[in-house]
Amino acid sequence: MKHRSFFWFILPTLSAMILFIALPIVSVAIQSLYIEHEQVLVVTESCGPFGCNETTTVDTEASAALQEEQPLGRFNGLGTYTNRAHLAFAEVGAAWSASESMSDFFSRLLNLPFYWALAFTLTYTFVVTPFVLVLGLAIAVGVNNLPRIFKGPTIFVSLLPMIVTPLVGALILFWMVDGDGVIGATLQNIFNDPSLSLKANTSLVWVMLIVYGIWSSLPFSFIVFYAGLQTVPSDTMEAAQIDGATKWQRMIHVVVPHLMPLVVFISLIQLMDNFRVFEPIISFQAEAHARSLSWIIYNDLIAAGNPLYGSAGATSILTILGVAFLLMPVLIRTWRDFNRKST
Amino acid sequence: MATKAESRITPLSIFSVTFVILWVIIASFPFLWTAWGSFKVQGDFFSKADWTNAIFGVRTMVETGGTFTMNGYEGAWIQEEFWRAVLNTGIVVVFTVTISLTFGTLGGYALARSGYKYAFWILMAALVFRAMPHITLVSGYLLPFFEWNIWGILPTTIIVLVAINQPFTLWMLHSFFLNIPKDLDESAMVDGCTRFQAFRHVIIPVMWPGVITTGLFSFLLAYNDFTVTRMLLSQENETMIPKIQSFLGSTQVEGNVMFAVAAVVSATVPLIILIMFFQRQIVSGLTAGAVKG
Repeated sequence: MKHRSFFWFILPTLSAMILFIALPIVSVAIQSLYIEHEQVLVVTESCGPFGCNETTTVDTEASAALQEEQPLGRFNGLGTYTNRAHLAFAEVGAAWSASESMSDFFSRLLNLPFYWALAFTLTYTFVVTPFVLVLGLAIAVGVNNLPRIFKGPTIFVSLLPMIVTPLVGALILFWMVDGDGVIGATLQNIFNDPSLSLKANTSLVWVMLIVYGIWSSLPFSFIVFYAGLQTVPSDTMEAAQIDGATKWQRMIHVVVPHLMPLVVFISLIQLMDNFRVFEPIISFQAEAHARSLSWIIYNDLIAAGNPLYGSAGATSILTILGVAFLLMPVLIRTWRDFNRKST
Repeated sequence: MATKAESRITPLSIFSVTFVILWVIIASFPFLWTAWGSFKVQGDFFSKADWTNAIFGVRTMVETGGTFTMNGYEGAWIQEEFWRAVLNTGIVVVFTVTISLTFGTLGGYALARSGYKYAFWILMAALVFRAMPHITLVSGYLLPFFEWNIWGILPTTIIVLVAINQPFTLWMLHSFFLNIPKDLDESAMVDGCTRFQAFRHVIIPVMWPGVITTGLFSFLLAYNDFTVTRMLLSQENETMIPKIQSFLGSTQVEGNVMFAVAAVVSATVPLIILIMFFQRQIVSGLTAGAVKG
């Protein structure tokens, strides 16, 4: 294709991506270097019969004018990145020198909001992804062995948890595990403990969110593996069978290696999607026990009356760096493949 | 296909069937339960005393005189004006899908037919963009949008959703167009068509299966979006999903949780109908990227 016609064909989509994806990232980077104006304070002295009083008031007009003049706020350099709410170098250093053991250091580290959110996000990502891979393969193999008439309906039902809106899916589960909901109430009966609540304990909340994550991502890996199973070469399977391999051995030595590229594909998509976990935390109202990086950005942005753009920007940039770090191996691999192909 | 030896009942096959049945229950039960419960009163759906109340509607009988009640739906749709949010979602979804498919087919076609290095770089950039958490982009939009006074209206949200949609749409349609033989449009160009005429008369008639599949996923992205619609729309332009979230804040009052339950069921029904009609396309779309590598 000629450069010229390529340009015209790609123009709409490219300009949409540049304007609304690339530029916002730049804008976030700039925002993160600024912080909100301090309020303009006026000290007035009011003298009455009992002597003079100094009162400090906020000059709203002057503050608004300042805001108008410099909507970004005042320049702060990398200050926002290093403050307590983000990378918190000073606090980490203090924790390092004050703590006696590694576990002590980590418990201090988790008191800092950014590291707390990072810990949840990483735990969620790296627990959900392997579970989704293994269980998805198991379901795919199971469905593949079903009689044909059951396959369609099973796939239909399986698609539900993934297709449904994340916020809505999480809400549906949340209502069931509520203290008065069907699962919550049943658990209370089983353990005979009317105060048992899945929502009040940090580790239970984490487990609940992870269970939701697995429930909602499982269909994706199931469908992809199921499609992959249809392409397993039957010659190899038969040869293995003639050689006396059991079903299980055929599974491990023929099917799994054949599906390896799909494992890479699913892990890539899952890492990207799970790293931005956000909606379930809103639905489960879990912010007291679990926060993700996306959630703390959201929280900065909805801060009533006074959104913390600088702080949100800094967290966003750190999150983007995290995503880039996760994607690095894939990008390098694709780059090598491309070079091999073109030479 | 299955020989007698293969279809023999073994412990392994019993286990695998049990596992599938278990999964089917786990996947469907929450939906059935919530759909059934949405016709009950709160005292039944959240029944501390006895979970069977939610099935038989004991409290619902006492409070409303029948075992089924539409109170939740009435409250959500009429009293809280959920229909307005549904209408907004409709507008946003229709425009987002149409525009992003138009942009995506043009771009995907160009990428599939260009062997130059920059085509590869655009695809790589799209992959990186696809991985960006949406909230990080949203935090970049807010300040400029406030400055230009375009915050809170539907067109802004639509164009933002289109842009967020592009990386995925491009990848999907790119791999789809790669499967349409090059000879088709090239022979048209030998016959004297320009590149665009070839696209218009030769490619467009054969591209619909791929476009429909991609469109389904664009639909899901726009319909299911919470982050962008929650942050970029003003109260009166709210779409369904942020509306449901706002119910949660305002409905801790007795009885009103059922509004949210009814709204949740209402928002899920279109998706279930969608799967019924397009199950095959959804499955093929999910696997398209994977099987081809």
